[in-house]
Amino acid sequence: MKIDRRSFLSLSIGATAGVTLSPLPWKLTDDLSIWTQNWPWTPVPPDGATTYENSSCALCPGGCGITVRKVGDRAIKIEGTDGHPVNDGGICMLGLSGLQLLYGPTRVKTPLKRVGKRGEGKWKKISWDQAIAEVASTLGDLRSDGKPWAAGCVSGSDKGITPNLFKRFLTAYGSPNFMAMPSMADSYSLAMRMMQGQETMPGFDFENADFILSFGSGILDGWGSPARMFKANSQWVKTGGKVVQIEPRLSNTAAKAYKWLPVKPGTETALALGIAHVIIKSNLYNRDFISGSTAGFNAFKKRVIEQYSPAKVAEITGIDDPSKIERVAKEFAKAKRPIAICGKGQGDVTGGLYDFMAVHALNALVGNINKSGGVLAFETDSYINWPEPGKDSVAASGLRKRRIDGAGTGKYPHARGLLNRLAGQIVKDEKYPLEVLFVSGANPLYSMPDTNSLKKAFDKVSTIVSFSSYMDETAMYADIILPNHMYLERYDDAPIPPGMGKPVVGLVKPVVKPQFDTMHSGDALIRLANEMGGSMKAAFPWEDYERCIKETFGEHWETLENEGFWVDSNVSSGGGKFATDSGKFEFYAENINALPIYKQAKIENSHSYPLALVSYDSIRLAHNYIGDPPFAMKTVESTVLKGNDLFVEVNPTTAKTYGLSNGARATLSTPVGSARVRVNFSEGIMPNVIAMPKGLGHTAFDMYLAGKGVNFNELIVPIEDPASGFDAAWGIMAKLAKA
Amino acid sequence: MKRRNHQNAKRYGMVVDLDKCVGCGSCMVACMSENNVPFRADESDKLLSITWMKVFKLTNGKTFPDNEICYLPRPCMHCEGSHGHSPCVSVCPATATDYSSETGIVSQIYTRCFGCRYCMGSCPYHARYFNWWDPVWPEGMEKYLSPNVSPRMRGVVEKCSFCFHRYQLAMNKAYYEERDDIEEDEYQTACTQACPAGAITFGDLNNPDHAVTQLAQPDLKHGGRPKNPLVFRLLERLGTNPKVYYLSSREWVRKSGDNYVKDEKKSAH
Repeated sequence: MKIDRRSFLSLSIGATAGVTLSPLPWKLTDDLSIWTQNWPWTPVPPDGATTYENSSCALCPGGCGITVRKVGDRAIKIEGTDGHPVNDGGICMLGLSGLQLLYGPTRVKTPLKRVGKRGEGKWKKISWDQAIAEVASTLGDLRSDGKPWAAGCVSGSDKGITPNLFKRFLTAYGSPNFMAMPSMADSYSLAMRMMQGQETMPGFDFENADFILSFGSGILDGWGSPARMFKANSQWVKTGGKVVQIEPRLSNTAAKAYKWLPVKPGTETALALGIAHVIIKSNLYNRDFISGSTAGFNAFKKRVIEQYSPAKVAEITGIDDPSKIERVAKEFAKAKRPIAICGKGQGDVTGGLYDFMAVHALNALVGNINKSGGVLAFETDSYINWPEPGKDSVAASGLRKRRIDGAGTGKYPHARGLLNRLAGQIVKDEKYPLEVLFVSGANPLYSMPDTNSLKKAFDKVSTIVSFSSYMDETAMYADIILPNHMYLERYDDAPIPPGMGKPVVGLVKPVVKPQFDTMHSGDALIRLANEMGGSMKAAFPWEDYERCIKETFGEHWETLENEGFWVDSNVSSGGGKFATDSGKFEFYAENINALPIYKQAKIENSHSYPLALVSYDSIRLAHNYIGDPPFAMKTVESTVLKGNDLFVEVNPTTAKTYGLSNGARATLSTPVGSARVRVNFSEGIMPNVIAMPKGLGHTAFDMYLAGKGVNFNELIVPIEDPASGFDAAWGIMAKLAKA
Repeated sequence: MKRRNHQNAKRYGMVVDLDKCVGCGSCMVACMSENNVPFRADESDKLLSITWMKVFKLTNGKTFPDNEICYLPRPCMHCEGSHGHSPCVSVCPATATDYSSETGIVSQIYTRCFGCRYCMGSCPYHARYFNWWDPVWPEGMEKYLSPNVSPRMRGVVEKCSFCFHRYQLAMNKAYYEERDDIEEDEYQTACTQACPAGAITFGDLNNPDHAVTQLAQPDLKHGGRPKNPLVFRLLERLGTNPKVYYLSSREWVRKSGDNYVKDEKKSAH
C-alpha cells in the first residue's frame, strides 16, 4: 500500500480526532492526577477520640489560659481558654504555634556535651546520670577552690518557682550572681519602690480606664499580656476609651490610637514632664490626692514649671506645635480614669529610672492610683514562701562577695540585677572571673544588646550550662546542655502577667508526655543539689519538682489544678496609703535625691551618624527566648522580609536624601556594627529615623528561621542609666548608604 | 433529597470589625493550625505562600504624620454571585468547587481538583492558593496534623472552607443529641474563635437572631448588600455577592474596599 500525502494527512487527522473524542486522554489525565494525589508521602493523620486539656501558655509572660485539643496522645491544636480571666478565649499567634515548637526540629532531645569547638555544633549524647555528675563535679571543684561566687545564672525571668529555684540553688551554693533578663518590670519596680515604697511591677486596670497615655508602650504590639491588651482595646472601641500613643513610628498601637504623637526617639520623658507642666499650671491636678496622699510635690512642681514649658518640650521632642502638648495634657487630666504607662514596645527592655518616674508621676497628678480604672500594686510571687536555705561556711563567704554586675553596691545600690553590665564587667575585671554560667529560659546571645561583646565575654567563661529546650544561639554556645521539658510537657507556675489588673496566677500543666529524653529544670536542680550533698541537699528538701510546686501552692493547688488559675484575693490595693517612709506617694525620692529629669542623651559622632536607628516590636516576630515558629514566620509581611533580606522602614524624604529608592539595597551602619538591608518607604516613620524589627537575624534554630534578616541587637550598645544602672538606650545613631 | 430553597436554608457569613482588628495575625495562624496548612523554608514570596486567611495592610496614602493604616483580614468571601454562581464555581471544569445552597459555603474537594487553576484566575480576592509542591513537615511535626482536615497534595488548589469540618462535627453532635439544628455558638470558625480582639463575628446571615445579621443587616433583595452604613464588602460593584462583610468607622477604609476611579465622589452601585 502506498502512503501518499493525502492519506497520511487524513490518517493523522482521523487519529487525532479519534483520540480526542475518545475518553482515553481524559481518563488518563484523571488517572494520572488521582495517582499523583495518592502518593504515600502525603500524610493521613490518624483519627481517634478527641479530648481537651487546659493549661497556661508559657511562651511569654502574658499568662494566657490555653486549651489543647488532642486526638489520642497527639496534641493537634492550641486554643485560648474560654472564660479565662487573662485572655477569655483569645490567643496570639505565638501561642497558637506552640505545637510547632513541641514537635519541631529545634528541640534538644537528650543531654548533650560539646565535643567540637564552642559554637561549632558538634555534640555527644550523654545520659542524665553523667550530665548531672559532670556538672556537680565542676561545681564541687569551684567550691573546694573557695570561689563559689564565680558561678552565675542567667534566667529568663526572676518571677515564678523555677527561676526562684535557680536563685535558691546559687544562694545555697554561695553565689550572689543570679541575673534575670531585663524587662520593663525592673525599671517599673524600682520607680514604684522610690515613689510608692513597694518594689513591684504595677498592675493597670485598663478594662475600666478611659484614657491611656502611652509613652511608646506597644499596647497592641505585645506589651504586657498581649491577648488581654487586645481585648481591652476592643472594650475602648466600644466605650469610647481613648489611647494617645507617643512614639516616632506608626506602630499597630499608634495606628489604632485616638491620637498618634510622633516624637524624636528618646525624648518621651521630656514630653511627660511637659504634660505635667501643663496639668499643674492649669490647676487640673487632683488636689485631694496631691495634698492628702503625696509628698515632694512642691519640688516636682518647681522643676516642671521652671524647666518644661510646652514650647521648650516641643523643641526637644520635635512636636511642631506646643498647643498639641497642652491639648493632650488637658484631655488626660480631664478624663475620668486616665492612666499613663511606659515600657517600650513589648516591654522587654528596661529604661532609665527617671523616665519611669516621670510617667508614673502623671498618674499621681490625676490621683488615679489604687483605684478601679487606675494603677494598682500587688506583690508578685506572694505564694513562694520557702524558708531561707541553710548556708555552710563556703556559701556564707561567697555571698559576702559583691555581685559581678555591680547591682546592689557601689554606683548602683538600688538595682537587683544588671545583666546589661555583665559583658563589660567580665572583660574589665580580671579578678572576678565567671567560671560556671547556668542559662535557663533565656537566649542572651541573641536577645541582649551588643550580642557580639557578650559572646566575647562568654568566651572567658569556662563552663556554660544551658537548660534550654531548644537549640538556640546560647545553647549552641554552651558546653553542656541539660534540656528542660518544653512548656506543654511540664508543670510550672505562670506568675501574674506584667501590668495585669488582677493578681491572676496560672498553672502550666503537662498536656502530653515528654517527647524526648528531657528533664524539668527544677528536677535537674534537685538532682544536682542531692549529688552535691551537705547544705545544698538540705536546701532542696523536695523529692521532685512536682512535690515542690504542690507544696509551694499549698491550699491553692486544688484551685489551680481544677480551674487552671487562681486569683489571689488576699491582695489589697492600699487605698490612699503607701508603703514609703512618709506613708505617701513621693514625687521626690529623697534617699537617692531622685527627681524626674530629662537629660539629652550625649550624641557622639553625630556628624558621621546623622540618623537614629530604633527597633520596633511586632506581635508576629518573637524575639526573646523563643524563636519565631514557621507559622508565625509565614505571617511576616514581604515588606519586612523578602528571601533573606530585611527591610528597614525609612521615610521617603530621608531615603531620597541618600539617593535610595523604595526597595533599594543599603548598608546600615552604627558605631558598633553594620548590616546589609533593604529600604522600605514608609510614611509612618519620622524623617531621619530608621526602624528595624526585632526577632530576625537568627543563626541558630531551623531552616525556617535561621539566616533570615538581621539581628537588631548586633547593631546597638546598652547605655547605663546613671540613676539605676539599667540599660536606658532608646536606639543608636546610624547612617545609611547605598550598597 | 429535595433541594432546599437557599432563602430558607443557612447562609453562613462573617463580619470583621476593622475598628477592633489590630493586625496581630492570630486569625492567620489559627487557620493554618486548624486546617493543616503547609509551610516552606521561605515564605516571603507571597504569591506562593499559602494563607487561607491573610491580613492585608491598607494605608490612606497620606504623608507623615497624617499617614494612617488599617488591617483587613481576608478569608474566602464565599461569594454567592447570583443564585450560587460564584466566580470560581462557574469556571471549575471538575466540579471540585461548588456552592452549597444548604450552608452558603463554597466547597473545595481536593481529590477532584486537577490543578487547572481557572478558579484562581477568576477569584477577584486572591483567596485561592495552588500547591506547587507536596507538603513536607519536618520529621515528627506531622504529629500535630488534625484528622479533621486532609492534608493537600501537590497539584491542587486550596482555600478557606469556613472550617466546614466544624459545621459537620457540630451537626453530627446535634443529630446524636436528637436535635435538628445547631446553636449559633456551636459552629464558629477557627479564626473567629482565636481572634483576641473579638473583631470577627460569624454566623447565619439568614437568621435574624445571629449577631452577624444584626451587624451587617444584609439586604437580601439586593444581593446581600449591607444596610448598615458602616459596613461594606470588598469589590461590591463586581456583583460577586460575598458573604464576608467589613465594618469600619473610617471612610477612607470603606472606600478602599472597592476600586474607585480617581476623584470619584461616591460609590455607584
